[in-house]
Amino acid sequence: MLFDKFQTMANFQAELAERHVKPFGAVTEKILSATEGVVEGRNVILAGTNNYLGLSFDPRCIKAAQDAAARWGTGTTGSRLANGSFSEHQALESEIAQFYGVDHAIVFSTGYAATMGMCSTLAGPGDTILLDADSHASIYAGVKLSGADIIRFKHNNPEDLAKRLRRLGDRANQALIIAEGIYSMLGDVAPLQEIAAVKREYGGYLFLDEAHSMGALGDTGRGAAQAAGVEADVDFFAGTFSKSLGAIGGFCVSRHPELEAIRYCINAYIFTASSAPSIIASTRAALRIITEEPQLRLRLWDNAHRLYDGLKALGLPVGPTASPVVAVEMEDRSATIDCWNALMQAGVYVNLVIPPASPSTNFLLRNSVSAAHSSEQIDTIIAAYAGLISAGLITPTNKGH
Amino acid sequence: MTDYQEYLNFLYSALEFQNKKQLVLSEDTALVADIGLSSLEVMEFIEKIEDHFDISIPLNILPDVNTIGDLARKVRELNL
Repeated sequence: MLFDKFQTMANFQAELAERHVKPFGAVTEKILSATEGVVEGRNVILAGTNNYLGLSFDPRCIKAAQDAAARWGTGTTGSRLANGSFSEHQALESEIAQFYGVDHAIVFSTGYAATMGMCSTLAGPGDTILLDADSHASIYAGVKLSGADIIRFKHNNPEDLAKRLRRLGDRANQALIIAEGIYSMLGDVAPLQEIAAVKREYGGYLFLDEAHSMGALGDTGRGAAQAAGVEADVDFFAGTFSKSLGAIGGFCVSRHPELEAIRYCINAYIFTASSAPSIIASTRAALRIITEEPQLRLRLWDNAHRLYDGLKALGLPVGPTASPVVAVEMEDRSATIDCWNALMQAGVYVNLVIPPASPSTNFLLRNSVSAAHSSEQIDTIIAAYAGLISAGLITPTNKGH
Repeated sequence: MTDYQEYLNFLYSALEFQNKKQLVLSEDTALVADIGLSSLEVMEFIEKIEDHFDISIPLNILPDVNTIGDLARKVRELNL
């Protein structure tokens, strides 16, 4: 039967409904600020929004969007290839290229379209792609469409990448290597100095998705490659406007002039309408802000350390280092759902992540930190997790500090 | 060059610990449907083969692989 393959998901949805919890598709009824909202009838601190710099409510971004909507209308109603390239889109492409210190940029309608579109187009039949095993679903979707040979290397493991490049022999210097800056589920950072060194030894092209690291890492917020000092080794940077920049959309920038020809070979760019001018305008405003206000990054990292240290001190199983994404890993699905629900009851919204979205068979309570969180809000989040321990819903697995 | 039967023999031995149902393995034994390998176990098994033959098995060939025999033919092809 056509629908048989959906039965597992239908059963899971039924189980959640029976338990009166709605971790997926929870409805936000009101947004009170970048860090507070009313979700499923409850006032909560938003600790699962990827709004790293809190710019979704910046008055300058809102004003830019309002002015652009008044000037350009609500939508472009067409593809960038046809009638959907307004001067706003072109200006953003110039500005994002300038931000990265390169000459070429493509703006996409979503981050998913950017990574999926680039990964499905850069390599084709006869080419080889080496991708980190924990790559985002949009990257997997793209490489699958590419028709290239797809080889995974172990997550954040430059030795495994080197081994697989060596096995390619003469084909190594034509391979497309795909990695991310900060990985979205556990918040771990790629060892980019080592990956870049492997690339220098064997050749190949490096595609780096900075979706979760742009705005969060690097002296000027360009991401993990800037922080690692290896930007010259990156051939293509991709990213999103829906996280640190508080809007929606995606981009790819490159020093390679061929990006201009690649642009018109990407179905995800050609066969979809371009972003509404209001979105482009707020993104441009946000990009200016992250350039001019490095203190936002400092605040983000202060909050990230505060949450990470707090959860670690409780003995909870968090990742090896502090990051704007702090995930608590659990083995039992039912217990994780109970914890998610208890956090909501305590006024804290986090993301519930289940396999295969999580990188292993574990379940995650995924927290994302914002520069806009106050210290008191971070402490409230930590207290809510302490409540899980007191209620016996989660058992500390290490001694903490 | 190793022949097909030698590839099969290696795969049988590599599956020893994952053959929890203690099936009598043949080239027609299905890796998932018969042995019941999970997706994680499939990847561990693939890695064992890759390291043994010092090759990489592209993910895109896996949809065509159902049985031990299918895999032996693919590995032989990649190892030529």
